[in-house]
Amino acid sequence: MKVIKIIAGIALFLFVAIQFFPTDRNESYTVPPSDFMLVNTVPIDIQKRLKASCYDCHSNLTAYPWYNKVQPIAWFLEDHVKEGKAELNFSEWDTYSDRRKRSKLRSIIKQIENDEMPLISYTYLHREAILSEEDANIIINFMNQLKDSLQ
Amino acid sequence: MKTIKRSIGSVALAATLMLTVSCKDASKTEATTTSESTTENTVASQESVATSDKQDAKAEVILKDYFNLKDALVGDDGEKAKEFGATLTNSLKAFEVSNYSADEQTELKEIIEDATEHAEHIAESDIKHQREHFKTLSKDITDMVAITGTKMTLYEQFCPMYDRGSAWLSTKEEIRNPYHGSAMLKCGSVQRTIN
Repeated sequence: MKVIKIIAGIALFLFVAIQFFPTDRNESYTVPPSDFMLVNTVPIDIQKRLKASCYDCHSNLTAYPWYNKVQPIAWFLEDHVKEGKAELNFSEWDTYSDRRKRSKLRSIIKQIENDEMPLISYTYLHREAILSEEDANIIINFMNQLKDSLQ
Repeated sequence: MKTIKRSIGSVALAATLMLTVSCKDASKTEATTTSESTTENTVASQESVATSDKQDAKAEVILKDYFNLKDALVGDDGEKAKEFGATLTNSLKAFEVSNYSADEQTELKEIIEDATEHAEHIAESDIKHQREHFKTLSKDITDMVAITGTKMTLYEQFCPMYDRGSAWLSTKEEIRNPYHGSAMLKCGSVQRTIN
């Protein structure tokens, strides 16, 4: 019994201690001129969909949930956003060459077609990010057109 | 007392969770260091090739790795494809553009950058994804060869069945389909001979 108390005490101490570690927050409020929405003519409804379903992890501005204030959740999210931005960053869209834009568009289309994006671990808590079949089709069509215009 | 125990339990759970996360990070860094050391090895072996040949030996190494990857996909072997994806990533990163004209350099840099990303993904995906990436990778490699040239005779082959038509390169004239593997091994035709 005593051992359990000691272990729990240590765990509690650690849990409190890690709350004091800061994380990098992905919150740039200036939209760079290279942003996907500024370089391309994107219909408003598609803009809204992309912002709700993709921009949290694939742009320089994450709309953080309240639980991001708690460690280790904040670390977990930081890692996710970093990884997401390394794969595709809509804020830096125009810095990609045409070849890479085509590649990225192709991946976007494939990921949505195969239902791999948005991630289930994300939509579990962000119900508004779920793409209906209709939404998915609209986005895929738009991305396909954009891809063809870059050939 | 019971509630205290319970809350202590949940705190302990949170702590373990945190520890697992940090352990995961540690193994990640380890993985990167090993891949770095392999990069050095490949670069070293490529340099010895470069001095013995006047043609772009680094492009030839990229092609060799690409064909190994293609053969793994033909054989439906996702694990091997992962390995060759990693090797190809390294040989792409070792590519030197300095011997080319300014225009060619820009083009080559873009090609290499794109191809590297696809090779990296192939190194860590299942075979379905590997084949998706292989399609764009093949386009990149074909465009690269158009600039660098090669000593080998290559065949650009095309299968209309995969993803609204997909091409790849091969050193042999007979068709061995990397997109379908054993399911449709001979689907496709030679579109063009290079050299």
